[in-house]
Amino acid sequence: MMQHKMILRVVSKLLIPFILLFGLYVQWHGDFGPGGGFQAGVIFASAFVLYGLIYGLGSLRTVLPSWVTRLFLSLGVLIYSGVGVVCMLMGAKFLDYYVLSSTEHGGQHLGIMLVEIGVGMTVFAGIVTIFCAFAGRAAADMYQGDGDQEESNS
Amino acid sequence: MNIEIVTSDLLNIATLIFLAVIGIAIARIRNLFAVVMLSGIYSLMGASLYVILDAVDVAFTEAAVGAGASTVLMIGTLALTSSREKAATSPANAIKGLIICTLLGAALIYGSLDMPLYGDPSAPIHHHIVPRYLNDSMAEIAVPNVVTSVLAGYRGFDTMGETFVIFTAAIGVITLIGRKRRRRKTSKDDGGHDS
Repeated sequence: MMQHKMILRVVSKLLIPFILLFGLYVQWHGDFGPGGGFQAGVIFASAFVLYGLIYGLGSLRTVLPSWVTRLFLSLGVLIYSGVGVVCMLMGAKFLDYYVLSSTEHGGQHLGIMLVEIGVGMTVFAGIVTIFCAFAGRAAADMYQGDGDQEESNS
Repeated sequence: MNIEIVTSDLLNIATLIFLAVIGIAIARIRNLFAVVMLSGIYSLMGASLYVILDAVDVAFTEAAVGAGASTVLMIGTLALTSSREKAATSPANAIKGLIICTLLGAALIYGSLDMPLYGDPSAPIHHHIVPRYLNDSMAEIAVPNVVTSVLAGYRGFDTMGETFVIFTAAIGVITLIGRKRRRRKTSKDDGGHDS
């Protein structure tokens, strides 16, 4: 797509690992500082969006096939609601985390961490999915002639 | 102490002026690529305003979602539609728009007259449920960041709803434009199966 943008390619390749690392930091550090699953998911997704913008949608889909994002999309909400159901099975109310561990505070920590992971996964996969759907449709419109584009756009 | 207050006031005023200038520019510029870029800058200025107001979590989200993700999605939309805004159809419409905007703006300003002053400690929001969260969060949940304990703990049900909103949005986009468009040449019934 952007074959000649040498500076963009080099700089993005340098930046992407740090963006991913920062996303993970925000995910795990949400209990102690600003951030949490939502922000982490967006930051993590933005690394992949950057990759897709510079190297093209095909490369992005090689790194992150559509079944992976769809899996993450559903797994996130499943983890979130699953934590709630587990709380109910262990005798508390829906999303009442204190039963999850031997101590009340430990249970709260564990529950909040799991729930934030769920939020992060869904937000990450959601942003990547929406970006790929838009970019894939735009690419399909651009090359109207070849209709043999893969189904795996979304 | 006095100087600090003046500095934060100056920062507030400067940020708000920037926001106003960007807003006017967005309304006047016809090139939609420039408008998308400006709206990203608008979000970034909004994020700095939230930092000045000590709402770091909100600022973080605004910078990541408003300035980052939505700018990319808007550019994606421009690639699908057109990058140029059509000129106004008739001056009559412009006058109607002006009247509606003036009325709406007047209503909003009238509504804001009843609001408590910025930073007023007797404002209702500081007396309803917030003191309980702030006082008991550490003893009940023991997560240092109260925002996280409210979002994922006390208000876990709301956050679950928000996660489902993201999920639904992505599913909706996949359903609407995620599939490939059929070739124009071969299909007479285009749109019957797709879109």
